[in-house]
Amino acid sequence: MFPELNNLLNTTPDQVEQGKLTLLCDAKTDGSFLVHHFLSFYLKANCKVCFVALIQSFSHYNIVGQKLGVSLTTARECGQLVFLEGLKSAVDVFFRPQEEPHPLQFLREANSGNLQPLYEFVQEALKPMDSGEAAWRCPVLLVDDLSVLLSLGVGAVAVLDFVHYCRATVCREWKGNVVALVHDSGDAEDEENDILLNGLGHQSHLILRAEGLATGFCKDVHGQLRILWRRSSQPTAQRDRSLTYQYKIQDKNVSFFAKGMSPAVL
Amino acid sequence: MLESLLALGGLVLLRDSVEWEGRSLLKALIKKSALCGEQVHILGCEVSEEEFREGFDSNINSRLVYHDLFRDPLNWSKTGEALPGGPLEALRALCRRTDPGPVTIALDSLSWLLLHLPCTTLCQTLHTLSRQDSCHGDSSPGEQVHVLGLLHEELHGPGPLGALSSLAQTEVTLSGALGQASAHILYRRPQQRPSHQTQWFSILPDFSLELQRGPPLESQPYPDPHTPSMDPTTHLTFNLRLSKKEREAKDSLTLPFQFSSEKQQALLCPGLGQPTSHIFYEPDAYDDLDQEDPDDDLDV
Repeated sequence: MFPELNNLLNTTPDQVEQGKLTLLCDAKTDGSFLVHHFLSFYLKANCKVCFVALIQSFSHYNIVGQKLGVSLTTARECGQLVFLEGLKSAVDVFFRPQEEPHPLQFLREANSGNLQPLYEFVQEALKPMDSGEAAWRCPVLLVDDLSVLLSLGVGAVAVLDFVHYCRATVCREWKGNVVALVHDSGDAEDEENDILLNGLGHQSHLILRAEGLATGFCKDVHGQLRILWRRSSQPTAQRDRSLTYQYKIQDKNVSFFAKGMSPAVL
Repeated sequence: MLESLLALGGLVLLRDSVEWEGRSLLKALIKKSALCGEQVHILGCEVSEEEFREGFDSNINSRLVYHDLFRDPLNWSKTGEALPGGPLEALRALCRRTDPGPVTIALDSLSWLLLHLPCTTLCQTLHTLSRQDSCHGDSSPGEQVHVLGLLHEELHGPGPLGALSSLAQTEVTLSGALGQASAHILYRRPQQRPSHQTQWFSILPDFSLELQRGPPLESQPYPDPHTPSMDPTTHLTFNLRLSKKEREAKDSLTLPFQFSSEKQQALLCPGLGQPTSHIFYEPDAYDDLDQEDPDDDLDV
């Protein structure tokens, strides 16, 4: 996790807000550093994490996680992390008998089905243990990312329904959190992606939007992060606060600074 | 006016966006209806019942009937807790209610219904819902059905938006500036031209509506409270204003290149008082003082 981002979001691993949906989106840049941040943050906060990783392999996230101070292997072994490696298990779908439900069942279906098997996988992974003692702080679902589901043939409404059910179960019933990454196509006319992005935006409590600089690439400033807080319980106490910072990604850290205040420029 | 939105009856569309959310306004209007003694039915698709009821006191909460489509709208859990028949049946059940008295129906949200039901079916059902007062033959004009629909503008194309817009008696589009929300209201009264109004407002923590008179006063994007506005005309090194004497002296001054009659006379005849000037010249050896005019031989 990046300590500077924790400061901006006003959270620490000891005080985790519960019952929230966080939307990560990126436009003209790569926002995966946010996924790595939240993965290591929630593991350090002693939460049970279900990570639906559709983009990269387990070893990729593990290597980055080790730079940030968490070991995914250890977390998986002790049961804190349930990892769905999309790249590997997508192949399993075709070699299993069809009666057994698989989370990525939609890959087999000719028409764009629904994501109910994936939801049931998440439900099974995160449901509270019946033993009574709370081993972990709260359940967290992390998805990297939802846009690839659209590319795989799932409709935007089906993805929204999946997130709806995850919200109803993980956020509302079990007081956990959901974090999902969606890419913003920007100028490209992708209606399905826009419906997904805006639909999730309306449901989110926190939106982190990583954007490339409008003026192009830069060695010292890799992009701009816009933070939007929504749906606070009091309607006008903090009317949808919004902050913008620029950032630079380093090997083990991301540094944030106010716009125009990069150390390289001053 | 924003307060009299419910007076017209029929369908009121609240169009919001990610940046300017409309659920607080919806809750404020619901509170108003409940305080007027109406019963309020809410078809909740996007938030849970606890979250929706948050912020209302028990007096208002007792008048709200929440039809929960949030927990299991598509019957995935198969526990039997879901509303039977799904969203369409839940909506039609609202049409068939037979409670007497004025009632307000809130749809949170129409966007969710529009994404899950065909547009034509939804429009027909909405039409039935908002025209219910004509179905009951013995109802007095006061017993109208008010339908409030929350619609997220960015999620739909112009076709469905236009269809819903034509069904609505009133459309409220939410936007704002500098942290202050505004509502652009379009009224469609029967047999009259549609009228527009923009109202700035804010919603208090107990969901009462507070109307503001105008846009926020600070027009600078980064207002700095520490620098008071200074009068730039103080502490100048030059004079910006003229006294009366100075003004007279200025007006009576003749400018050096202005050709007035006095100047003409002065040039033509040098006065007695004017000292004439003499030029003393000592020719040196190379000078050729020829008195003839060198231009005499020109044939001009």
